[in-house]
Amino acid sequence: MSTELTTNATATAGARSQALGRFLSRYGILLSFIILFVILSFAHPNFLSTANLMNVLRQVSINGILAIGMTFVILTGGIDLSIGSVLALTGVVAGSLVTGADPYNPAIAFLAAVGVGALFGAANGTLIARFLVPAFVVTLGMLSMARGATLLYSNGRPIPNLSPEFRWLGQGFVLGIPVPVIVFAIVFFAAWITLRYTVYGRWIYAVGGNVKSAKTSGIPTRTVIFSAYLLMGALAGLAGLILTARTTSALPQAGLGYELDAIAAVVIGGTSLTGGVGSVVYTLIGALIIGVISNGLDLMGVSSYYQQIIKGAIIVVAVLIDRSRNMNA
Amino acid sequence: MAEPASHGEGKPERTPHVHVPPASASSTASQEDPGADADLLLAATSISKAFAGVPALIDGRIRLRRGSVHALCGGNGAGKSTFLGILMGLQRADAGTIVVKGKVAHYASAAEALADGIAIITQELSPVLDMTVAENIYLGREPRKLGWIADRAKMESDATALFARLGFDIDARVPMRSLSVAKIQLVEIAKAISRESDILIMDEPTSAIGEKEAATLFKAIQSLADQGVGIIYVSHRLTDIFQIADSYTVFRDGRFIETGDLADIDRQRLISLIVGRDLREQEARQSTSTGAPMIEVSGFSRAGHFEDIALTVAKGEILGLYGLMGAGRSEFANALYGNDPKDSGSVRIEGQPVAIRSPADALANGIAIVTEDRKQTGLVLTSSVSENIVIAALDQFSRLGFVDGKKVAGNVDEQIQRFRIRTASRDLAVQSLSGGNQQKVVLARCVETNPKILICDEPTRGIDEGAKREVYAFLSAFAAAGNAVLMISSEIPEILANADRILVFRRGRIAGELAGAEATQEALVHLAS
Repeated sequence: MSTELTTNATATAGARSQALGRFLSRYGILLSFIILFVILSFAHPNFLSTANLMNVLRQVSINGILAIGMTFVILTGGIDLSIGSVLALTGVVAGSLVTGADPYNPAIAFLAAVGVGALFGAANGTLIARFLVPAFVVTLGMLSMARGATLLYSNGRPIPNLSPEFRWLGQGFVLGIPVPVIVFAIVFFAAWITLRYTVYGRWIYAVGGNVKSAKTSGIPTRTVIFSAYLLMGALAGLAGLILTARTTSALPQAGLGYELDAIAAVVIGGTSLTGGVGSVVYTLIGALIIGVISNGLDLMGVSSYYQQIIKGAIIVVAVLIDRSRNMNA
Repeated sequence: MAEPASHGEGKPERTPHVHVPPASASSTASQEDPGADADLLLAATSISKAFAGVPALIDGRIRLRRGSVHALCGGNGAGKSTFLGILMGLQRADAGTIVVKGKVAHYASAAEALADGIAIITQELSPVLDMTVAENIYLGREPRKLGWIADRAKMESDATALFARLGFDIDARVPMRSLSVAKIQLVEIAKAISRESDILIMDEPTSAIGEKEAATLFKAIQSLADQGVGIIYVSHRLTDIFQIADSYTVFRDGRFIETGDLADIDRQRLISLIVGRDLREQEARQSTSTGAPMIEVSGFSRAGHFEDIALTVAKGEILGLYGLMGAGRSEFANALYGNDPKDSGSVRIEGQPVAIRSPADALANGIAIVTEDRKQTGLVLTSSVSENIVIAALDQFSRLGFVDGKKVAGNVDEQIQRFRIRTASRDLAVQSLSGGNQQKVVLARCVETNPKILICDEPTRGIDEGAKREVYAFLSAFAAAGNAVLMISSEIPEILANADRILVFRRGRIAGELAGAEATQEALVHLAS
C-alpha cells in the first residue's frame, strides 16, 4: 500500500521500473495519441490532408469545450450529466433570437446562450454545494428538466433560417482557421492558465484532493464547488451556441449523449474520477483521441454502430490502464 | 536496551509470569505444552512483526483461559493492535507461535480465525443499519428455505432464542438503526457468539457509550464468561478494566511486560507497568510563558461532545490537553478552529473578542491547526509538497489571483530546509513521503499563515522518535517567540515533557489542571479515567 518513493540515488531495478511507470503515466496518453495518429496516416491517404485535419478539429471543438468544463467539475470530485440537455436548451434559445425577418445581433444570442447555461450550472452548483445533494442525482434530474424545457420552448420543432451573421460562429473562418476551433483554443488556454497559475486553480485541486483539508486551510470549499458547475453550465451554453451555428438550425434533440463524450475525454485523459488529479492538457488529448478515432473510422467507412462499440471499449481500457498503473505505483 | 521491567518495589506479591524480555526469546521464556491445559483457549508466544523494517511488535504473548476476561493493556505504540491483528489473521506474524485450543494456528485471513472460533468486536462497528437485528446477525449465512429463499422467520426465532440465552433485552425484528450504540455492541457480541466463537476480542468497547450502557455491556460480558467464553478486553479505561476483567497482560513498546491476576495488583502498579519507568528521558522544557493571555476561551459547549470548556493560553505558553480517546478534546479543538459547529462559546484573542465561524475566520485571527489525522483531514495527499505547504497562504503568494510560482518555490525550499523535510523535490506528491515528513509538511503549512496560536492535535502520532524530537523543538521555539500553543496529546511522556500546564479532559469536561512541573503520569491517568 505505502508508496515509498525514497530519495535514494541508488538506481535499483525497482526504481527504474518506477521511473518507467512515471514516464508512462505522464506521457502514455500522448504516446497513444501519436501512435494512433501515425496508424491512421498510413491507413488512409486523406487523413493527413489539411481539410480533413481542420474537419477533425472542428468536430472536436464542441466536445472539447464541454470536456474542459467537465475537467473542472471532475477535478472537484463531481460529475455533470446535464450538459447535453443544457446545450440543447441554450441552442434553441440562441436560435430563436437570430431567426426570422428581424434577427438580433449574434452577441445577444451569445449572452443568452451562455447566460441560460450558467443559470442551469448555478442551479446544479447550489443543490450540490449548498444542499449537499449528490452531483450524480442533481445533474441526472437536470438532464431531464433541461431537455423538457428545450422541447417546450421549441415546441419540439427545429428552429430554421438562422441569420448568416450567427452562422458564422459555427461555419466561418479566421485566417483559414474555423471559428469553433478558435473559440475552443481560447477556452482551452484560459482553462489551462487558470488551473495552472491561479489561486482559484489551486483551490479546485485542493477541494477535489481532500475537501476536509481544503476547508481547514480556509478555502471556501462550497463556493469553489459551486463555481465549477457554474463554469460547466456557461461552457455548455457556449458549446450549444456553436453547435447550433454549425448545423444551421437549432435542433431540440441536439446534444443527446454529449455528456458521456465529455466525461470520456476527461477519463481517457487520465483525470481521476475521485478528484484532485488531472489536467486540461490531458483532457485535450483525450478529446482529440475520440475525435481522431471517429474521423478515422469514418474515413475507412466503418459503420457508426461499430464506432460506438469501439469508443466504449476505449474508455473502459483507458480506465483499466489507469487503474493498474495506480495499483502498481 | 532490554531493561528489566521493574516489579513494584516493596510489593512482594506473587508476581505470576513476570518476564524479562530477552534479546532472543528463548531460555526460560515459553514452557507451554499445548494440550496439557484443557482450559487454555489461546496461547500466543514470542509474536513479532515489523512493518517496512520498523518493529511494531517485538515479543507479544498472552494466555487466555476459558471463562476469563483478560485485560490487554498498554499505551500507544505498545503493539496491541498489531498483536490483535495477528491473532485475527489480518496480518502475518514474522515469528512466534499461536496455539488455539491445543492446536497450532496459522491464520491467513480473518475468515480462518473466525472459523476457529475467534471473533473481534472493534471500535468501529459496521452494522447494516437498515436491516433488522436478526438479518444483521445472520448476514451472509442466512438460513434458507427451498435452497435460495432467506428464511426470515427462522432467523428471527433463532436470534430471539440467542438473546434469551445471553440475557440481552433486544427485539430481533426491529431495524438496527433504532438501537443505541451499546445495543449495537450487544448485537455484535451476539453475532460473534452465534458463530460459536469462544474467543472474543473486544477493542475499546466502551469508548463510544455512556456509563449506563456500559453497565449493560459488562453484565453481558460477565454472563458470557460464565458460559465459558474467553474474552480479551482491550481498553485504556482502567476503571473499566478493574470492574470487568480478572486477569491482565501488559505490553509496552512492542514487548510483553507482565501478566497476572488483577486481584494481585492495584491501579497504581498497573499504571506504572503500562507507562514504564524509562520514558522520561526527554528533558522537561523550560517554561517560556509570559503570563499575558494570548487566547481566552470560555463557555465552549457542544451537546454530546464537550461541555463548558474554559481555558486560557498565555503568550509563550504550551498548554497541554490530555484525555482518553473520545473525551472531546479533538472536537473542542475543531470547534475552536471553526471546523466543527459549537452550541455556545466565546473567544478573546489578546483581549479582543473575536468571532470564529469558519477556518477562514480562524486563520484571519492568527490561529492555525495541525489536525489529528494528517491523511484524512490534514493533507491533500494527491497534491505536491509545495502545493500543500502554501495552500492556506496563497494570498501572500499571488497577485490578481495569479500565483507567483518563483516566490512559492523559493519559500517552499526554505521551509523544506527549515523543517528538514526529506523529499526528492518540492513537486513530489505528498503521499509518497514518510509519515514524519508528511507531518512536517503540515507544520510548514501552518507556519506559512504566520499564526500566533497553534493548535496541535496529536502532533506526533505515528511518526518516529527522531521526527518527534524535531516537532517538539519547533513547538518549543514557536512558543518561546511569544506565541501560544495548544497541544493535544494522548501520549503522556510527550505532554509531560512539553507542556507548561496540562488540562485533563474526561467525558467532555475539564476534569482538572496540573502544572507541568508537578504533573505525573499517574496523576494524569487518574484524572482522565
